Amino acid sequence: MIHDIFILIYTLIKVVLITLPLLLFVAYLTYLERKIIGYIQGRIGPNRVGIYGLAQPFADFFKLLTKELIIPTASNRYLFLIAPVLALVPALAAWAVIPFSEGLVLSNINAGLLYLFAISSLGVYGILIAGWASNSKYALLGAMRSAAQTISYEIAMGFAFVGVLMASGTLNLQDIVLHQQGGILHWFWIPLLPLFFVYWVSAVAETNRAPFDVAEGESEIVAGFHVEYSGMTFAIFFMAEYANMILVSAIAALLFLGGWLSPFENIPVLDAWFDWVPGFAWLLLKTSGFLFLLIWLRATFPRYRYDQIMRLGWKVLIPITILWIVVLGFSIESHLGPWFTEERMAITHDTFVG
Amino acid sequence: MLLETIFFYLFAAGVVLSAVGVVFLRNPVHSALSLVLAFVFSACLWLMLQAEFLALILILVYVGAVMTLFLFVVMTINLDADIKKQTFVHYLPFGLLLMALLAALLLFVLKPAHFLSIGQPIIQDQDYSNVQVLGKVLYTHYVYPFELAAVLLLVAIVAAISLNPRQPSNKKTQNTEKQLYIKRADRVRLLSMPTEKKP
Repeated sequence: MIHDIFILIYTLIKVVLITLPLLLFVAYLTYLERKIIGYIQGRIGPNRVGIYGLAQPFADFFKLLTKELIIPTASNRYLFLIAPVLALVPALAAWAVIPFSEGLVLSNINAGLLYLFAISSLGVYGILIAGWASNSKYALLGAMRSAAQTISYEIAMGFAFVGVLMASGTLNLQDIVLHQQGGILHWFWIPLLPLFFVYWVSAVAETNRAPFDVAEGESEIVAGFHVEYSGMTFAIFFMAEYANMILVSAIAALLFLGGWLSPFENIPVLDAWFDWVPGFAWLLLKTSGFLFLLIWLRATFPRYRYDQIMRLGWKVLIPITILWIVVLGFSIESHLGPWFTEERMAITHDTFVG
Repeated sequence: MLLETIFFYLFAAGVVLSAVGVVFLRNPVHSALSLVLAFVFSACLWLMLQAEFLALILILVYVGAVMTLFLFVVMTINLDADIKKQTFVHYLPFGLLLMALLAALLLFVLKPAHFLSIGQPIIQDQDYSNVQVLGKVLYTHYVYPFELAAVLLLVAIVAAISLNPRQPSNKKTQNTEKQLYIKRADRVRLLSMPTEKKP
């Protein structure tokens, strides 16, 4: 009993150690986004609070914290307040299985990839409930759009995951990364290139980011599902969106770009030079690269039209994934090197552990 | 062991309470959300039985996809909350009959003797992987039914995507293909014209 409680407390400490830096990253991601989009558009971005505007996230946070919380009278009070929490919790809970480096993971479960997929599919409830509980036409429209979009792109994303688990033969995220050992050419982005592309497009759609931000659609439906939210409730929706961005970027780095593995593996001189870099730093670097790409996409592309979103999801991405899974099956059966050689495919969980 | 027992009763009570909520809540949207909660709690129960694959699939398929579409429909058609109350009594005899049938069936399958014989659940050791065990059974013993079901579902999804409603020929709709391939030269013609008056 005492032992159980000790483990529980120890786990809680680890949870805090993951969540706090994550929330800090979320805060600074908002700053980075404003800065990057600012420079892309020939502006300066926030530069008034602190040096180079570095205190801007905290200024925003305290502003939102002290703002009045407005609950519409005709709304469904409890669901209205619980919706932001339902949006944020899956984005944080998914981090339980993300390995930051070899052995550095909160919970090394065997069905890690499946857990990620299941948890990220819950994120839509926050938006759906927010849209309905607000009792507002625009909010409901945003929620409906978001639900349809998420369902459509989840299928393509699931097929992309199927490709990854075929290539690695495991659902355990740590083993998936270890299967990509051997340098930049051994990472899964080459044999799974179309699936990598499909994953990234559906990840952008799943996070409801531009150019797939029809759930918000400022110019069409005001602000979509969070039109009635103010103050801290709005801030939590905002945090959920940015936490999700970091999550999908980290997953992309883990599944397709070798996670914490160094890109200079097996390159004679560089390998020794960069030996001191901890694995965590590489993962952070790769994740940041994807985050920059997300922000860049937002600054570049106009919003997709709703019917074209559906067309892209169902008629372009899903056929690509099905086709590539067949190709992948053939290349695994013929032991195409250097990814699917017989030694590599024979590696099982026990080899890594023992 | 004690913690596990506490969690079991917590989740079991959650399943029962949310299932009761599905039936008794007035608002259809609340009922649907209560059903979601029941699914989540039963997934937690399965997780405690080390059936992680089934638990996660339950979350993924039922909570993540089926119930989202269900809520989608319930939210859009705007059911009147009172209708449910009126029909509740109206259909009571029929419902009771169905319930009796179901209860009899369950009693027939799950005889009371079964309940007494169930002791503590078997706890597998650390290396046990539910996904692997399930995969071995599916891909050896049940490989043909499994593949057949998979192909059937694939055919269904291809059919659903390709069988868009056929439009009558005189109906005016957007032709997305054509819209996407439009070039500037198709729409805009740049002319250089001489100015009429010399300034």
